[in-house]
Amino acid sequence: MATKMDDEEKQKLYDEFVKGIWRENPVFIQVLGLCPSLAVTNSLMNGIAMGAAVLFVLVCSSFLISLLRNVIPKPVRISIYIVVIATFVTAVDFTLAAVAPDLHKSLGAFIALIVVNCLILGRAEAFAGRHGVKESVADAIGMSIGFTLALCLIGGIREALGNGTLLGYSLFGPNFEPWVIMILPPGGFLTLGAYLFLFAYFKERSEEKKQRQADAARNLTEGRRAA
Amino acid sequence: MNDLLWIFVSAAIINNFTLTYFLGLCPFFGVSNKIDTALRMAAANIFVLVITSFSTWVLNTFVLFRAEYLRLIAFIVAIACTVQFVEMVIKKTSPALFKALGIYLPLITTNCAMLALALFQTTRGYGLLQGQAYALGAGVGLGLALLIMAGIRQENELVTIPKLVRGAAMNFFIAGILSMAFMGFAGLFSSH
Repeated sequence: MATKMDDEEKQKLYDEFVKGIWRENPVFIQVLGLCPSLAVTNSLMNGIAMGAAVLFVLVCSSFLISLLRNVIPKPVRISIYIVVIATFVTAVDFTLAAVAPDLHKSLGAFIALIVVNCLILGRAEAFAGRHGVKESVADAIGMSIGFTLALCLIGGIREALGNGTLLGYSLFGPNFEPWVIMILPPGGFLTLGAYLFLFAYFKERSEEKKQRQADAARNLTEGRRAA
Repeated sequence: MNDLLWIFVSAAIINNFTLTYFLGLCPFFGVSNKIDTALRMAAANIFVLVITSFSTWVLNTFVLFRAEYLRLIAFIVAIACTVQFVEMVIKKTSPALFKALGIYLPLITTNCAMLALALFQTTRGYGLLQGQAYALGAGVGLGLALLIMAGIRQENELVTIPKLVRGAAMNFFIAGILSMAFMGFAGLFSSH
């Protein structure tokens, strides 16, 4: 009995973890946390660094908030969440400035702006404030991996097309004329727009496929009945 | 005076908060489906920005010079209080406007534009008046982008758009093209 419970719990944790990566991807599906996902993704490295910073902040704040969820008074919970998040962001900001000053410089104010990233406050309000510690941490890790994945996808495309490089290595040889617009602000909007278009296409196609299968199944049973 | 004007124009169009810094994107996509609501949102934004600029300047000059590491926390608390205050004022003076803004009013707290303004103002070392000009310019810039977007989206409702790009994807493409247009302002003050 006990092992069955354990299995169920594990399955549940796994589900919470996986859903953030693809099915409820924060950037592509929920369209949350747009400022950093567009502003810093002019190179893949920036995307990875931003993702790591968000991972740390989201996991720590989810842990603390889910731990304190029964102590925090309901009417002032949002303010408390923000202060908790701001504390962790300050820690990340100062650590990054000390450890990797160049990276800190290229990310600029956007590390500090993680405080107002709707993704983090959204997870605190929608999940960590209502669930236990284990589930919240699983959810936070999944969500931030999904976020990092999205940042890498956007940053990779923008760096490859706009600069002809990936993580600093030249991709297309010396004759490639970079599309400078891709690393400038408009490129961010256009890349994310293109991704959303692509995802809408895949969703449409899988739904059509399901519909066709359902139709075929129905035709089959009707055909049998007629026979 | 010239300096203030330059700060204003620079924040409003050359370095537009929404279209070149990607700040305040949530309301930019969220409330830009009608010109009417967009206008109200823009007004609330300007109001909050100007008060935030003032309160963070006070915090910076009189309180935070001894405890720099508390800056983020202090700023976000100041912004949250400002938004609460604006909410109360609007609720008392114009209940209709309060209703129209709905959920987007409290959400101004997590609008990145507010915190970004406070941070940029600090790193650039702006004084009180410069900060006010900057806040006003940023607010006008946010409002401008919001209104243009709302106008385009209202027109878009009358045309047939392929099903796949309708909604979020289309809005991003429009924003990308607008952002390209705003890049043209970059040469406006080449001497600076």
